[in-house]
Amino acid sequence: MDINTMRLLAAAIAMGVGAIGPGIAIGLIGGKAADAIGRNPEAAPKIQTAMIVAIAFAEAVAIYALVVALIIKFV
Amino acid sequence: MLQISIKAEEIFHLGGFTVTNSLLFAFLILIFLVIMGFVLRRKLSLVPKGFQNLIEMVIEAGLDLMDSVLGSRKRSEEYFPLVFTIFLFVLFSNWLGLVPGVGSVVLNQAGGGTVPLLRSPSSDLNFTIALALIAVTFVNAIGVSVVGIKSRVSVFLNFESPVTFFTGILELISEFAKIISFSFRLFGNVFGGEVLLAILAFLVPYLAPAPFMILELFFGFIQAFIFAMLTLIFIVTAISHEEEAHVVHQEA
Repeated sequence: MDINTMRLLAAAIAMGVGAIGPGIAIGLIGGKAADAIGRNPEAAPKIQTAMIVAIAFAEAVAIYALVVALIIKFV
Repeated sequence: MLQISIKAEEIFHLGGFTVTNSLLFAFLILIFLVIMGFVLRRKLSLVPKGFQNLIEMVIEAGLDLMDSVLGSRKRSEEYFPLVFTIFLFVLFSNWLGLVPGVGSVVLNQAGGGTVPLLRSPSSDLNFTIALALIAVTFVNAIGVSVVGIKSRVSVFLNFESPVTFFTGILELISEFAKIISFSFRLFGNVFGGEVLLAILAFLVPYLAPAPFMILELFFGFIQAFIFAMLTLIFIVTAISHEEEAHVVHQEA
């Protein structure tokens, strides 16, 4: 296999595998937040803010994988 | 053909200093925000209407959100300039990167290629790293100014027991990890969005980019909000050792 094929494959695998963990994590965070709001609808704004911050942290890891994939493809 | 480059492209040179398209656009956004500030200030009225009313609603919402994190309006007003400036600058640099003309108006270069004239600053890693450094430096400076330098350093270098020494080293590493995560989160989101829109416009130019531009608007707002919110939360953790210091004084 020549280097260009490897680059394409590497970029695809980097992003693909790197999105598994954050995908599961964001789903869990959203589910727990929905549970918490269901238990205590009055605290919804606080829970929502905490949820959004936690989702940003989890998504950042997927973004690192995206950056690695972009660097492999374009640099 | 698609021109996607992670590095911001250079447009011209001023003496020995190269000006890139993201730097140019960052200056334009800066001038825009400053002019907006001056325009608002000239016609301030006690009963707001129109544009001033809109800005006051946004600032009110921001202050309320900061109240819920910090606890009191006095504290919110202390840290409001830093947090809201970060929010505004990142928000406008994300949103104005979607305006038609940014990225598509090109200059002809002396080698034969073309280079976009304007590019969203937050798609440039220089800008995001600089902003992350500013945010983390300010968080530490605020921590030092509120709880004192001894208390702030003792978070990182704690010689009471081997366990606290180890957690101190981890805290130090985590400070640097914050810089990297701040900058790469913003860069990855905005640059990834630009790549997505460029590829989509290349494949299906009509109608298909529209929902993705709405998605980019949403993500641009969320990223600006997250940057400002995380800065605020790190400020809270930096100054929260104040309560522990007071408890120690009471016990002694």
